[in-house]
Amino acid sequence: MKQVFTRPESLKDVATHFCPGCHHGSVHRLVAEALDEFGIRSQTIGVASVGCSVFLYGYFDVDVIEAPHGRAPAVATGAKRARPDRIVFTYQGDGDLAAIGMSEIIHAANRGEDITVIFVNNTTYGMTGGQMAPTTLPGQKTSTSPYGRDVSKDGAPFKMAELLSNLDGVAFSARVALNSPRNVLNAKKMIKTAFRYQVEKKGFSFIEALASCPTNWGMNPLDANQRVTDEMIPYFPLGVYKNTANL
Amino acid sequence: MQTSAVERIFVKGNEAVAMAALEAGCRCYFGYPITPQSDIPEYLSRELPGRGGEFIQAESEIGAINMLLGASATGARAMTSSSGPGISLKQEGISYMAGSELPGVIVDVMRAGPGLGGIDASQADYWQATRGGGHGGYRIIVLAPASVQEMYDLTMLAFDLSDIYRMPAMVLADSVIGQMKESVTPNPRPQVVLPPKEWVVRGRAEGTPQNVVKSLYLGDGEMEAFHWKMQARYQELADNECRWEEVQTSDAELIVTAFGSTSRIAKTAVTMAREAGMKVGLMRPITLFPFPRKAYAALSERCKLFLDIELSTGQMIDDVRLSVARDADVAFYGRPPGAGSLPTPEELFEQIKKNYRARA
Repeated sequence: MKQVFTRPESLKDVATHFCPGCHHGSVHRLVAEALDEFGIRSQTIGVASVGCSVFLYGYFDVDVIEAPHGRAPAVATGAKRARPDRIVFTYQGDGDLAAIGMSEIIHAANRGEDITVIFVNNTTYGMTGGQMAPTTLPGQKTSTSPYGRDVSKDGAPFKMAELLSNLDGVAFSARVALNSPRNVLNAKKMIKTAFRYQVEKKGFSFIEALASCPTNWGMNPLDANQRVTDEMIPYFPLGVYKNTANL
Repeated sequence: MQTSAVERIFVKGNEAVAMAALEAGCRCYFGYPITPQSDIPEYLSRELPGRGGEFIQAESEIGAINMLLGASATGARAMTSSSGPGISLKQEGISYMAGSELPGVIVDVMRAGPGLGGIDASQADYWQATRGGGHGGYRIIVLAPASVQEMYDLTMLAFDLSDIYRMPAMVLADSVIGQMKESVTPNPRPQVVLPPKEWVVRGRAEGTPQNVVKSLYLGDGEMEAFHWKMQARYQELADNECRWEEVQTSDAELIVTAFGSTSRIAKTAVTMAREAGMKVGLMRPITLFPFPRKAYAALSERCKLFLDIELSTGQMIDDVRLSVARDADVAFYGRPPGAGSLPTPEELFEQIKKNYRARA
């Protein structure tokens, strides 16, 4: 019998700690598949961030540096400059990347560091219990926006894929989602393209993955998947915002 | 070892730091401009690229220390430098490096504070440097140069100690030593046997274990075990790496103690006291962490009066008092840092006379 589906080599054979319906596992898998398909697992250094994504090294069978909150792009910069022959990627959530780490991501992107950034946007701080994130949607209720995000006071959500695409240092920027088979297949293609940029030394690549957080949204996994379609994608349109080398 | 083949040069303290870093094999430098240390990034921005090194003027002090973290995690020798306000910002990264057992050299050319303070010499960041300035309870190696030659030699030592003990090392200078020009013998890198860096992230090749550089410990007892391991390492440092200078202490009835630039002024005042017939000596710690406690304890077995002099309202005096015998007195003379507060040798001589007369 031909085996048609298996665990990527870049992922460990361990049980997940992520909540039912969480999309982190899907993003992990797609990144691991990309590493496998390029055959770069043994050359790769991952940079974990703070939040649910910190356990990167528990799932990926690659060497990992754990960065302080928001600092992963600076840590990755140091690692890549010291080892330009390695593949370096960061994996960050929305609070990490777009709030406390906004300076680090903007400047690493503007310098055109030859790294890949995987940004998981689930519109909330997952690990700390569902507080308002820089990407929380207008009106969205969270544990620190109990009356809903008030854009007149909290500002509007950051659209990171668009924002970064305006920087000359960014070679590739795309937003994907994981809430349907079609979106997952497309996300796979985009994540692979992002790593292709680094493999071919063509510059900074950025993936924003819209993800669900059923636990902190107070939803079951199916409703959470539906929310990605109904509320997130209209505000955060999917697509490729920059593709300088047409890869 | 000094050899006659090495030509003496006349450079600023900050330049000596940069030159020593290159000699020590520093491949990556990450920094942010701040007075009075900007000569260091300026020098390295000029010299590193041509030697296959990496120089980045970071977006912030926080960016710089985290680039240092990333480069060190790959095993590269790397450095950052700053002064008070910038060192405060770096504390997050220093804590993470300490928690991740990462080497890396941090140069602090102290300036007056708190806040924006001023650009004049200060020793008021002694506590921040020696107590582990960030969260969590940790120490880093702290070396205190008192000359441009020591700026050079201790920078190289900082790289070696940092690699051997797997913890950040700080060169704690001040704007006097950083900006002063003196003649220096640019000694070659010491021949030191360094432990292999088996822990670095390098890409997990077949048959090699996964290497993770991290400071998160959630398992039962893991965090506690980490702290006990580090305590043992600090003890090892104290046993093996204390460095200090004694001047005319063998018959001294009063021992002046000071570090860094203040010790230079104190040394002149001690000479004045000797010329006036007073039995006065000088004890200058070179390693502030580990603090040479045993050396102080030994001195205080015979000499019962110390005069601690600092360019602050008194910080190192805590360590001096913790180190000397219980029946020894520690007097203090200090001036808060800031424009115009650097003491003169005559001023310190007066303090020596006053305390010498009052001795038991």
